[in-house]
Amino acid sequence: MIRTVDLTKRFGSFTAVDKLNLEIGRGEIFGFLGANGAGKTTTIRILCGLTRPTSGRAEVAGLDLARRSEQVKRSIGYMSQRFALYEDLKLRENLVFYGGLYRLGPQTSLNKAKPYLERFAMERYTDELVREIPPGYKQRLALICALTHDPPVVFLDEPTSGVDPQARREFWSVISDLAASGKTVIVSTHYMEEAEYCHRVLIMRDGISAAQGSPAELKAAHGVGSMQELFLLLASGE
Amino acid sequence: MNLKRVNGIALKEYNHIIRDPRTLLILILMPILQLTIFGYAMRFEIRHVKLAVRDYSHSPASQDLIRKFGATEYFTVQVLNSYSVTPQMLFNTRQAHAVLTIPPSFAAEKGTDRSLQLLIDASDANAAQLVLTYCQEIIASEYGPDLRRVLDVRPKLLYNPDLKSAYFFVPGLIATILVMICALLTSISIAREKELGTLEQLLVSPVTVSDILAGKIAPYVVLALVDAFLILGIGMLLFRVPFLGSFAAFLFYTLIYVVAALCLGLMVSTIAKTQQVAMMMALGMTLLPTLMLSGFIFPIRSMPWILQQVTYIVPARYFLLIIRGIMIKGNTTLELWHSGAALAAISCVALLVAARRFKLKLQ
Repeated sequence: MIRTVDLTKRFGSFTAVDKLNLEIGRGEIFGFLGANGAGKTTTIRILCGLTRPTSGRAEVAGLDLARRSEQVKRSIGYMSQRFALYEDLKLRENLVFYGGLYRLGPQTSLNKAKPYLERFAMERYTDELVREIPPGYKQRLALICALTHDPPVVFLDEPTSGVDPQARREFWSVISDLAASGKTVIVSTHYMEEAEYCHRVLIMRDGISAAQGSPAELKAAHGVGSMQELFLLLASGE
Repeated sequence: MNLKRVNGIALKEYNHIIRDPRTLLILILMPILQLTIFGYAMRFEIRHVKLAVRDYSHSPASQDLIRKFGATEYFTVQVLNSYSVTPQMLFNTRQAHAVLTIPPSFAAEKGTDRSLQLLIDASDANAAQLVLTYCQEIIASEYGPDLRRVLDVRPKLLYNPDLKSAYFFVPGLIATILVMICALLTSISIAREKELGTLEQLLVSPVTVSDILAGKIAPYVVLALVDAFLILGIGMLLFRVPFLGSFAAFLFYTLIYVVAALCLGLMVSTIAKTQQVAMMMALGMTLLPTLMLSGFIFPIRSMPWILQQVTYIVPARYFLLIIRGIMIKGNTTLELWHSGAALAAISCVALLVAARRFKLKLQ
């Protein structure tokens, strides 16, 4: 579903992403791991079409990103680090608005969101202004907004940062279900215990790929017991 | 452009507006406040000018002249009994704004020298100019044929014979308030989405730049038109401003002007990163030029050449010409097409720049 060839992004003399090669298949949960500034967010932003790469190629949902960005946009969902919701709109209005961007009618948007709202037990907030609902639920809503249009590829940029363990478990159960239904999910995270849930991970350091593979493979190859140890070994570059 | 998406964005924008009491307050209170200030405090016509008269003639003719001055509301006449008071003393103590001296020869037969001396405190040049005009008018209208003149000029003022300042500030305020609201509110609304990060969410979706721009503009067009009619209504009811032309022409050109102002706002928002910067830029680009360079307060013809050239890019310059024409002269839509075309051209340029810069942002 996603393929990059020597993907590179430079900001002036700083190279944020350096010749990254990736291949991510359908139904896969792919984790981006790395310290702050390692290039995770930049890579996600390139793949979402928010940043243009300096060189290299990328394909998303089987489409060339540079030439068919319009179609690409229709097939991706994106949840950014700071969940982009309108605080002065009601939960329902946020859903309808984001659905509308993908040409869903108001009722369709709400119908698509309903199972998620039930699952997160947050239907009671439907008619509340977003600024009135608790932060954990805002984050859940941001996730729902990224999913209502049924995109085959979903990018989640640190979706679980700052949420309670309960919400984190719910997030990962949704992510597993998405993958099971054939969607490709790209997740960036700081939490190494979450990395265990990923089918494959990419550990980034200074814009390059320090390691790529399934958690089990990587742990065995480097002779460590947990992702935490692996991360400290690889991501710090020591 | 997709109508459904434009609609969605416009609806969202409408919700933002109605849920933010401050915006609404600005929209409704600002025009009313400004009209009141301009209407009641900043009168450009002068009333009750303190006029001291030194009557050396003491004749029925001089008494008559003094009465004529006193009969208008422009002057409060004070006849001096003591001749030892000099005009300078009166000016310095601010007891008089103008001093009229009627020489003993005033009552003499026709054909002889019947000159009067009028001294005006010109420390406020504009006021002095007005006082001079009033005096000349009174003297000319009453004594014109009798007074010895080289040239007998009898000016007739068209369209605004009483030189009422409402005729001047109501159109001016419509132009100022519209451009402020449009440029300010649109630029802030886009800058706010940048700050919140929601703009990014829009950009990963299939919406096009034109969807976003059109959706953002639409609600403000409606609001601005409502404001235009609010100001016009107050101006007509409270200040008795005439409206000789057609409302259709007014609506048509106001729409063009509003769109031009909104496009300027969009252009600002593609440059400004925060709401505060957007606000400063929008005000700087609209308020001062509209007040100073549109011909609202200072006549364009009396500006230095360079400034005159600058006025060509100030939208209010064209709009003022249009609404003064429609309201006070009764111009028709066709007679004003030059100015309308200029406004449309400004919109196009601003919109092109905005759309281009918006796209560049994505990279």
